[in-house]
Amino acid sequence: MKLNGAQILIDCLKSEGVKHIFGYPGGAVLHIYDALNVCTAIDHILVRHEQGAVHAADGYARTSGKCGVALVTSGPGLTNAVTGIATAFTDSIPMVVVSGQVPSPVIGSDAFQEVDAVGITRSCVKHNFLVKNADDIAETVKKAFYIATTGRPGPVLIDITKDATIAETEYEGYPQTIKMRSYQPEVQVDAEQIKKAIAIIEKAKKPIIYSGGGSVIGNASKALTTLTHNTGFPITQTLMGLGAFPATDKQSLGMLGMHGTYESNMAMHDSDCIITVGARFDDRITGNLEKFCPYAKIIHIDIDPSTIGKVVGVDVAIIGQVNDVLQALIQSLDTKKLENIDSWWKQINDWRSVDSMAYRTKQGVIKPQTVIEALYEVTKGEAIVTSDVGQHQMWAAQYYPFDKPRRWINSGGLGTMGFGLPAAMGAKLADPDRDVACVTGDGSIQMMLQELSTMLQYHTPVKIININNGYLGMVRQWQEFFYDKRYSMSYMDALPDFVKLAESYGHIGIKVEKETDLKPALIEAFKQKDRTVFIDILTDPTENVFPMIPSGAGHHEMLLAGRDEMASTNDSGLNLV
Amino acid sequence: MLENEAGALSRVAGLFSARGFNIESLTVAATNDPTLSRMTIVSVGDDNIIEQIVKQLEKLIDVVKVVDLTATEHVERELLLVKIDVNPNTQADIDRQIDQFSGKIIDVSEDTYLIEVAGQSKKINEFLDSLDASKILEVSRTGVTGVCQKREG
Repeated sequence: MKLNGAQILIDCLKSEGVKHIFGYPGGAVLHIYDALNVCTAIDHILVRHEQGAVHAADGYARTSGKCGVALVTSGPGLTNAVTGIATAFTDSIPMVVVSGQVPSPVIGSDAFQEVDAVGITRSCVKHNFLVKNADDIAETVKKAFYIATTGRPGPVLIDITKDATIAETEYEGYPQTIKMRSYQPEVQVDAEQIKKAIAIIEKAKKPIIYSGGGSVIGNASKALTTLTHNTGFPITQTLMGLGAFPATDKQSLGMLGMHGTYESNMAMHDSDCIITVGARFDDRITGNLEKFCPYAKIIHIDIDPSTIGKVVGVDVAIIGQVNDVLQALIQSLDTKKLENIDSWWKQINDWRSVDSMAYRTKQGVIKPQTVIEALYEVTKGEAIVTSDVGQHQMWAAQYYPFDKPRRWINSGGLGTMGFGLPAAMGAKLADPDRDVACVTGDGSIQMMLQELSTMLQYHTPVKIININNGYLGMVRQWQEFFYDKRYSMSYMDALPDFVKLAESYGHIGIKVEKETDLKPALIEAFKQKDRTVFIDILTDPTENVFPMIPSGAGHHEMLLAGRDEMASTNDSGLNLV
Repeated sequence: MLENEAGALSRVAGLFSARGFNIESLTVAATNDPTLSRMTIVSVGDDNIIEQIVKQLEKLIDVVKVVDLTATEHVERELLLVKIDVNPNTQADIDRQIDQFSGKIIDVSEDTYLIEVAGQSKKINEFLDSLDASKILEVSRTGVTGVCQKREG
């Protein structure tokens, strides 16, 4: 069958099972849009900014587990997409981004809307391709999806020149399979390593499971839950891992790290056996590396060998799909007798009784933590919650216990402000029957506001929970702690009237200034099943995120709200990023 | 060994700069299989850094195979081209040095020699050190290339 390159591309995407594409047209992709226009199998979501397209595809991928797809034009289309691509890359999200490129004869001539897309994205994609020939499109698309979705997932960019989309060629259909000699993501779990891990686990008197984003992305929630229940071990989860194991289960100690719970961090510090599941010892988790887990033997399960030993030396590394490895561990542990860990649990429960998430309420002021607790109550813990980046992100993670994976959608690795709203739109398209809440702040929301327009056009009703404290709160908090309260550029003057703003985009706006109005407003908002509602909530402008591992400290040196004083400016605080 | 494709070299070079690894030298050319290139990189770091370099390189989709040559029995060679001033007074000395290092004079002009020396980097350093630095006009070194000695590399 003779087709042009654009038609081949669209047929490939259709054959790959793509149902939604988030994109924005432009000169270099007009042929692709022409072919897309007659394709009924794929819905195209016309965003208002290419960064929004990629974040929406990202939210769609995180919610559904499928590969997200975005389509952008050359030049500024691509450069606008880069922040979204880097966000997906840092959090290992499967995604294929197609970008237009100027015609191949003019590449390198500084043509209109020309940038070196492959060069610009090289360090923030799992792989990228430049396609200059229509004959190469089908195989490249197959490779791109294969690479994006297997092994440690990640975004793949296909940059296609306009002439390749115009040229007609013989198309023999989308390839069924693909083999690449330089990429073999299938890994067999090494039985020898399992044996070594079991030997450590058997002797553990103070074990803990430390689970990360790999448990969510690797769909290992069930196996993780079984292992945790079968062993009776306590479990702590990273920001990216929340929901893989139910937060309301009594074996869950909550999040760990900089703003984790006291019991999680103390247990990590005192543990003699840490089972690391799909996590990468991020600096937000470890605190001061010299004080990190001094007594523990560490078992590290990960699909990516380069995460092993990158930050922290480990005793046993098990490379493989998290789910496969957990199954192997469950099976091997079946016949084993573990140490009695009653005294360990007693110790942990003592730490728990410290109640590190307690916060002081203040008459006449809405506490941001209260907002998240009310959101949890009103949605019965069943909503998908996306977030932007900053204090509100931490409060959402701390005060909304997630019991299921793929319900908590946030930019944990790159920390991209502006992620939350488009991600919520993607999440709603992936799971239209579920309530979606975007927890955001007055700083973050203004980075992607324009997507309110897309949300009306494509009818993706979400509830925007704006924790409005008038500050770039996390910046303000660090300036308070580490810069002697010199609040440089962290106060946002001249905020818009968010209610009118929402209304001008055709949505509902509600302003909440009193705590007594909070829950009724949320109930009313979630009643509006078919409408996007922007709930602008004025919260305590000086509230800080606690507990906190101060700079340069170890897990056992956490500071608690209202009980410890944060030491002011110090050298390690100034060096924090 | 990596796919002989446009952009493969920049992926490797980009990885080193993005992750803060250093490159002492890098050589690359197609092999007898025209779809494959062999790249030899010399880098310096402790065991952990070298391990990370190997693992990060293996993650690159275009990379087919990574071998830490220093962990195996291997041969490494580098080629030097150096242009120097010569005059009748120094010529005999220089001829002797070239002989001693098994070098070759590959071009001669009225008052210059273009010399080729191949060997381990250490030998090339020694040869350069043996020359009168003020007479050296131009130095071009290829960087190290290497293979491991056993049959399957």
